[in-house]
Amino acid sequence: MSVIEVRDVDRSFVVRHRSGRLRRTSTIVRAVRDLSFSVEAGEMVGYIGPNGAGKSTTIKMLTGILVPTAGSLRVAGHTPYAERAALAQRIGVVFGQRTTLWWDLPLRDSYDLLRRIYRIPADRYRENLATFTDLLDLGPLLETPVRQLSLGQRMRGDIAAALLHDPDVVYLDEPTIGLDVVSKSNLRDFLRETNRERGVTVLLTTHDLVDIERLCSRVMVIDAGRLVFDGSLEGLHGLGEARRTLVVDLMEPAPPLDVPTAQTLRVDGPRQWLAFPAEASAAPLLAAIAATHEVADLAILEPNIEDVIKRIYSTGPAPSD
Amino acid sequence: MRSTVSLWFAVAHRSFRRYSTYRAATFAGIFTNSVFGLIISFTYIAVWKQNPTAGGYDVADAVTYAWLGQAMIMTVAVWSGGATDDLAARIKTGDVAIDLYRPVSLLGWYLASDLGRAGYHLLTRGLAPMIFGALVFDLHYPANALVWVHFAVSVVLAVTVSFGVRMLVSASAFWLLDDTGVKHLAAVFAMFFSGLAVPLVLFPGWTSDVAQALPWASYLQVPADIWLGKDQGADVLAAVGFQVLWTVVLLLACHLVLARANRKVVVQGG
Ligand SMILES: Nc1ncnc2c1ncn2[C@@H]1O[C@H](COP(=O)(O)OP(=O)(O)OP(=O)(O)O)[C@@H](O)[C@H]1O
Ligand SMILES: [Mg+2]
Repeated sequence: MSVIEVRDVDRSFVVRHRSGRLRRTSTIVRAVRDLSFSVEAGEMVGYIGPNGAGKSTTIKMLTGILVPTAGSLRVAGHTPYAERAALAQRIGVVFGQRTTLWWDLPLRDSYDLLRRIYRIPADRYRENLATFTDLLDLGPLLETPVRQLSLGQRMRGDIAAALLHDPDVVYLDEPTIGLDVVSKSNLRDFLRETNRERGVTVLLTTHDLVDIERLCSRVMVIDAGRLVFDGSLEGLHGLGEARRTLVVDLMEPAPPLDVPTAQTLRVDGPRQWLAFPAEASAAPLLAAIAATHEVADLAILEPNIEDVIKRIYSTGPAPSD
Repeated sequence: MRSTVSLWFAVAHRSFRRYSTYRAATFAGIFTNSVFGLIISFTYIAVWKQNPTAGGYDVADAVTYAWLGQAMIMTVAVWSGGATDDLAARIKTGDVAIDLYRPVSLLGWYLASDLGRAGYHLLTRGLAPMIFGALVFDLHYPANALVWVHFAVSVVLAVTVSFGVRMLVSASAFWLLDDTGVKHLAAVFAMFFSGLAVPLVLFPGWTSDVAQALPWASYLQVPADIWLGKDQGADVLAAVGFQVLWTVVLLLACHLVLARANRKVVVQGG
């Protein structure tokens, strides 16, 4: 059963700006266009795209704090903007750039207020708070005012806050922004565990592709408001015409190598970088080089999802109005 | 229903506690209120020496009024401040989106929060200068327990009326993005028409009647007249009714304005 259903959704913004002394002109920004997708219960989906692609706009519409200009949305059986209060009971949201906690209150007080806001039964609340305190290592922070927490600590606090009322769906808009490697890794473990143990459906927005590689079996890529890819991570590699890179160290510096099956990307003294199709073998390539040059050392770099994405972003459908 | 009431109490309580963490600000404020109380008291004493029954007050009434004024400044947040300032700041940063998607009433939340704040300010910035004033001057006090009760009710209503006004000012940030200009303007009105600078009973002729019909009269003039026993019997009821009326009108206006603001955010995207 789909918990999230998005059908032909468009969202435009009217942006007014001054042009001259009194004249004001307005332009229409189409943040999201023709967006359709659905997410099944228990899925963990990565939602990626370059800055300004429309990710946050999508999440706002799914939360009900923004109406679509056209199209329809259903989340957990509710139309978000029309039934915002009912929907709020079923969803949790983390906006990485903002906090849902209260700055001046100790973390524990924020949770107590959330308990009352969402009318969480006392035993569920106690249980959840104990679980999250344990898994997210919040114990030493509960009495600390939120404004004194570090970014990583606050983010953990925010994630627990989004899950306290047992939502069916959580939207995480850049939950790993600004976290160090260890914090990111711990947070990913927690998210994977929560998704698996509690069956929570997760829609995750991020600029860190490692988040996606570690957590999501499915990725959606949005670019300039359009969904340009929706499928598995492997499929994404294929789509981007994944290439491997051969790095060779020659005995002597040489002009860029000219091998028909590869493209020379870069030359740095005796070291050269050659890209070739991921599915091709490196052996004939190496043989071709060895035939004309003396090779001192070599390494092969596997395709990197970041490069794949970069290629998708730059070749995605151009915005047209 | 019961859980909503308990939520509002929890919000008010948290707000009370939050303000109580700013100790230094509280002490500095009490000192300032006390100094201004002295200055205004001596000014009033000079004025009432010239005209011992001005506005129907005797000199002890006038001096008591001066200290009540100091006590009410922060309690009703005469020229701004309080929970409504938080809202204006959250509109500016966009954090208000988070308030909007919570399944609780925005107006109820901020009102509860402001009442918690007012409670703290009443017990500190209200009570302390009043005690100081009582030690230095001969003040008038409520004649009996019933008057104290009336006064207490009137103070709560003073806060709700002022909250309504401040909320409308803050909500202007939904359209203007920055409410500073409106806030300054509102502060001037509040300063003048609350009777903080000059008691409304001293306003000449019909201007006094007009001033006493405006919402700002609820801030100080109405509770002060109850404290001083200027209103008796049915007049007390009328005075409190006047505050209730403005509370209802303003909260209704707030409700409508916030509904529009909500629609604007949701439809226009902020
Ligand atoms: N309230 C608004 N008013 C006008 N334009 C807006 C508004 N909100 C978003 N936009 C525009 O819509 C587009 C999509 O923005 P959105 O915030 O959804 O991007 P994003 O994918 O979340 O980007 P990022 O990775 O930078 O967070 C951008 O061009 C943005 O300028
Ligand atoms: Mg974003």
